[in-house]
Amino acid sequence: MIFEHLPALEVAVPLVAAPVTLLLRRAAAAWAVTVAACVFSFVAALLLAAAVAAQGPISYALGSWPPPWGIEYRVDALSAFVLVLVSGMATAVALFAWRSAAAELPREQLYLFYTMYCLCVAGLLGMTITGDAFNLFVFMEIASLSSYVLIALGRDRRALLASYQYLILGTIGATFYVIGVGMLYLATGTLNIADLAARLPQVADTRPVLAALAFVTVGVSLKLALFPLHLWLPNAYAYAPSAVTAFLAATATKVSVYVLLRFYFTVFGARLVVEELPVEEVLLVLSLVAIATASLVALWQADLKRLFAYSSVAQIGYITLGISMASHAGLTAAVAHLFNHGITKGAIFLLLGGVALRTGRVGFDRVRGLGQAMPLTSLGIVIAGLSLIGIPGTAGFISKWYLVLGAIEAGRWWLAAFIVATSLIAVAYVWRFVEAAYLAPAGAGTPERGEAPRPMLVTAWILVGACIWFGFDTSFSAEGARRAATLMLGGAP
Amino acid sequence: MIALGHYSYWVTVLLMVAGLYIVIARGNLVKKLIGLSIFQTSVYLLYIAPGKLIGGTAPILAEGYRVYSNPLPHVLILTAIVVGVATLALGLAIVVRIREAYGSIEEDEVLKADRAAGKDAADGV
Repeated sequence: MIFEHLPALEVAVPLVAAPVTLLLRRAAAAWAVTVAACVFSFVAALLLAAAVAAQGPISYALGSWPPPWGIEYRVDALSAFVLVLVSGMATAVALFAWRSAAAELPREQLYLFYTMYCLCVAGLLGMTITGDAFNLFVFMEIASLSSYVLIALGRDRRALLASYQYLILGTIGATFYVIGVGMLYLATGTLNIADLAARLPQVADTRPVLAALAFVTVGVSLKLALFPLHLWLPNAYAYAPSAVTAFLAATATKVSVYVLLRFYFTVFGARLVVEELPVEEVLLVLSLVAIATASLVALWQADLKRLFAYSSVAQIGYITLGISMASHAGLTAAVAHLFNHGITKGAIFLLLGGVALRTGRVGFDRVRGLGQAMPLTSLGIVIAGLSLIGIPGTAGFISKWYLVLGAIEAGRWWLAAFIVATSLIAVAYVWRFVEAAYLAPAGAGTPERGEAPRPMLVTAWILVGACIWFGFDTSFSAEGARRAATLMLGGAP
Repeated sequence: MIALGHYSYWVTVLLMVAGLYIVIARGNLVKKLIGLSIFQTSVYLLYIAPGKLIGGTAPILAEGYRVYSNPLPHVLILTAIVVGVATLALGLAIVVRIREAYGSIEEDEVLKADRAAGKDAADGV
């Protein structure tokens, strides 16, 4: 009975939790409501994913208005996969935020933090689950506006400027997206994604549709921080509160990647995007530049949060590289990397949040001798770092493996070599941490011996465990990604 | 005169480009937000203008009403206007906070203040 309404509840519960936390005004109560809402969404997402795997896509008519007139919520292999990632990370970060946010934010603002957090979760889940192009814009703005506020909560005053810059670029991105959707609406007379896909082939080669493709691509690329539209990301990640950085790094850009996949392969269709237009060449070049430059820039950062923020830009490059291949292996790699990088970066930023709690900030001068002072935290960062590099036995290896496979399948040996070579740059920047934490003597900024508070450490280590778990058991991550790739290329899910 | 017949599109494009130009070219944080608002407004026009038919009425199912305008774009843009207002309000709120923290709303001065502070911090360590 309640099961048939799960798609709506998936989004509605965190959305309703937001005003509830606002009314409660007590940090502890607001936190409890937030965690409850996130856990509910996570369980609902798992149930939906299981249902989709068993019986195919679920369509839910919001308010019983049948699609394409009403808003449709649609869960298929791809969106169920992203829903699990977003709600799972939301739960982990919400548990982590109890101590981390309390340490980094003023007491009287704590409940507002949870309000914004619930809104952001609801927005991201809504973007993923909705089957309506305009509804997607509304959820995109809910998620974006709340994330601007969350970033501006950072203690450093530079967080304000970072948030402002993200607001300007994010709004331009979202507006570009609406322009694209508007042109599609003018050309087809529908906003439902499935209906758009059915009607577009008749008008596929007209100029408004091609312009719409361009607008949507640029708009969403701004949101997912595709090079060279990534300029908002490093500052936003570096100065936001630790919990916010972890959540945004693990989910926000990933959901935008999902939107890009949705538009390329469901709405416009692989034929138009891949065969008629040079989209894959453009994406390929941008991805290669993103991987190479962002990895190199990451090498020179003095602040660990900035280092891993630039590494995020590079890792997004790997995801778009997979998309640009537009083959089954390439798309599997893209979707699997979306998931694996999400948990890996989530783990790293949570652990860095623990370090920041002890040291104030996470510059390299503060982590000298950290292996002695905070052994479990340091070990966690190293393991997650290995996953970032793509060492066998970690989650990162699985997606890099598919990426290399896709490159070889396409006969591009140089691309396979490039992927392996740029992974070596990741080795170099992870090594910088190892060198500072284990080989350098403790400096003036190094904290006393002692770990981060237990709840923070445990949640972070659950994600570190997930990095290893998904390196061995790929029945969810790689299998789910494979199903999603099949779906996108027009096969049975 | 096909070009003139579609003058609403010309206005749309003009507003779009002007708004985007202001966002990029101006260093004043409030002016940037004004540009952003103009840019968003152009999109409202892009949606609403094609929905209107000359002589069209609201969609009423009755005798005597034959030509009607599409109400959906209007409803969509009502939502988009709300989003635009929220964005502008949040943007201005952040600018107020930036002014409190830096004492300026000029982008280059704010960045200069950050660079100076960053240098002090580096010297201090």
